[in-house]
Amino acid sequence: MDKISFNIALFSYLLASFAYFVYLVYRRPLVSTVATGAVGLGLLFQTISIGIRSSLTGHGPYTTSYEIAMFLAWFMVVIYFLTEWKYKIKDLGAFVIPLVFLVMLVSVFLSKEAGLVPESEVRFWLTLHRTLSIIGFAAFSIAFAAGIMYLIQEHQVKTKKLGIMYFRMPSLEVLDDLNFKVITIGFPLFTLGFMTGSIWNTKMDQDFFSWDLARTMPLVMVWLIYGLVFFGRMATGLRGKKAAQGAILGFVAIIGTFFLHIL
Amino acid sequence: MLVGVNHKTTPVEIREKLAFNQAKLEASLEELVSSPEIIENIILSTCNRVEIYARVENTDRGIQLLQDFICDYHSISRGNLDQYFYSFCDNQAVEHLFRVSSSLDSMVLGEAQILGQVKDAYSTARSFSSTGMVLNQLFEKAFNVAKKVREETGISERGVSISSAAVELAKKIFEDLENHSVMLVGTGEMAELAAKHLISYGVKTVYVASRTYERAAALAQTLNGCALDFEAFKEEMHKADIIITSTAAPTFIIQKEMMEKAIQKRKNKPIFLIDIAVPRDIAPEVNELENVYLYDIDDLQNVVNANMEERQKEAENAMDIIKHEVTKFNNWFSTLDAVPTIVEMRNRAEGMRKIEVEKNLKNMDHLSTDDKESIHLLTQSIVNKILHKPTINLKKKTQSQDGHIYLKAIRHLFHLDD
Repeated sequence: MDKISFNIALFSYLLASFAYFVYLVYRRPLVSTVATGAVGLGLLFQTISIGIRSSLTGHGPYTTSYEIAMFLAWFMVVIYFLTEWKYKIKDLGAFVIPLVFLVMLVSVFLSKEAGLVPESEVRFWLTLHRTLSIIGFAAFSIAFAAGIMYLIQEHQVKTKKLGIMYFRMPSLEVLDDLNFKVITIGFPLFTLGFMTGSIWNTKMDQDFFSWDLARTMPLVMVWLIYGLVFFGRMATGLRGKKAAQGAILGFVAIIGTFFLHIL
Repeated sequence: MLVGVNHKTTPVEIREKLAFNQAKLEASLEELVSSPEIIENIILSTCNRVEIYARVENTDRGIQLLQDFICDYHSISRGNLDQYFYSFCDNQAVEHLFRVSSSLDSMVLGEAQILGQVKDAYSTARSFSSTGMVLNQLFEKAFNVAKKVREETGISERGVSISSAAVELAKKIFEDLENHSVMLVGTGEMAELAAKHLISYGVKTVYVASRTYERAAALAQTLNGCALDFEAFKEEMHKADIIITSTAAPTFIIQKEMMEKAIQKRKNKPIFLIDIAVPRDIAPEVNELENVYLYDIDDLQNVVNANMEERQKEAENAMDIIKHEVTKFNNWFSTLDAVPTIVEMRNRAEGMRKIEVEKNLKNMDHLSTDDKESIHLLTQSIVNKILHKPTINLKKKTQSQDGHIYLKAIRHLFHLDD
């Protein structure tokens, strides 16, 4: 049953991605409705899928890579909906929803077995760690999309070649503001997630950094990149193009860590 | 059908003479409608066109009448004006109206004013009852089509004046112009125009700097801003989000280093520079700085040209929409024609009469040929008398609002559609 829900969600996101792309060019209201509707539908069925799985395994979606991927995609859609509602930028969907679809697609290939569930106290830290990290990642994915949009728009205005993207993309100020707000929320959460991960490790009677260097270093890199953007904006007026580039670089680094994690 | 002149066929001196002003419209509309040739009419008179749309009994006579009317009304002889008039009938008239309302026939493709003008002409005509079912339907359809064209094509999307292109850019850099400021350096007419445009889109804080302080003060007054000493502008430059330069200085007044300092003072908040001056006031290298966007007059003109080209392309998409709608309208219009239905109805009746008469005459061999002929004539006369009033009334009804209902009813009741 949860497999069916999952597949419906997967397909809905694919449809939504396609619809958002079409909407970039053909501004028909129907296309926009289809896009938002498809995302909503996908979210609904994904929620059902996660819910069913949780009731089957007896815990939340954060023990195996598969569950984490699902949860991540879910959060990405939730945060995306919030930003679409607040900023009314429909075109953000063309950049975020394909990411969501990709995450879901990757999770198709991940093992569906239930993971080990450690005892209570450790479980608390594990839950906290994973949930915070996932929310952080989801926020960073929005920042990534906004960053790409910013670079596209900035390039158009700077080189004075105003193509169709110039007219479709929102203003630089809005995109930079989105970057600002999302990272301001995402970075602290991510940091907390990082820290609770270390605490979890100690609870498991392991060293503070139990992972090998190859897995930890990328994560530290990610933290540094976003930290630079986060603090840079406050202290030195780091914004606009540099902030967008930072968000993109950080996200690429995240993808890197994720893949290292699964391998 | 319609008759008219526009900016493409007629120079402005002649167009001026042919315009109908608002006050005289009522008299004109009523005079036209009182003519037996004209069933409905609407007069559209703007600075770029004078057109009369009408539903007429006969196209050729209608054209003559309308053209005569325009000439006589303005006391100009026909001979002089013949070369300027154009006329369209049926399909072409519908297409022309759709094109006009959607601004495809305007001097500036995609302009927004014409739709309002057509709507005014329509409501004026309606208030003086010079329109009827056909023109009502036609014009309301035209408004729908215009809306569709605006929404579904990019025809009015891009600014085609320097000022509007500048405002568009400002809005793509800064979302909400209300919280942003503009500084004018130099007080030319074009700068003033651009500034006014920006203000109309929400900019509230205005600074004006000029080598002549009095001029700065005067312009600042007009724009509700504050005047600055010319030397002071260098210090205050960082306060403005948008800077418009238009001085007569022979060299650059804003250099890269200057702007670098200003941007730092602004903590890298973006700044939009519009350099209208020739020779340029702002060194081109300034555009290399991050978060600085510099457009000189050529750049803006390029944007305008590119936008105009896009509008032309979009006009093709608009024509596709329009052609589709013209066909739909004509389909509707042809259902209004009572004549085919009347013919069918009479043929049906005649057919029945003939069958019944001949069936019965077979059993009446005692009658002479003349008598049989009389019976044919009698029955024909009865059928004609019965159908006479319905025919006349049906024709009358199709001139009115609900004519098509009557047509449908007749077709249904007489079972004409099997």
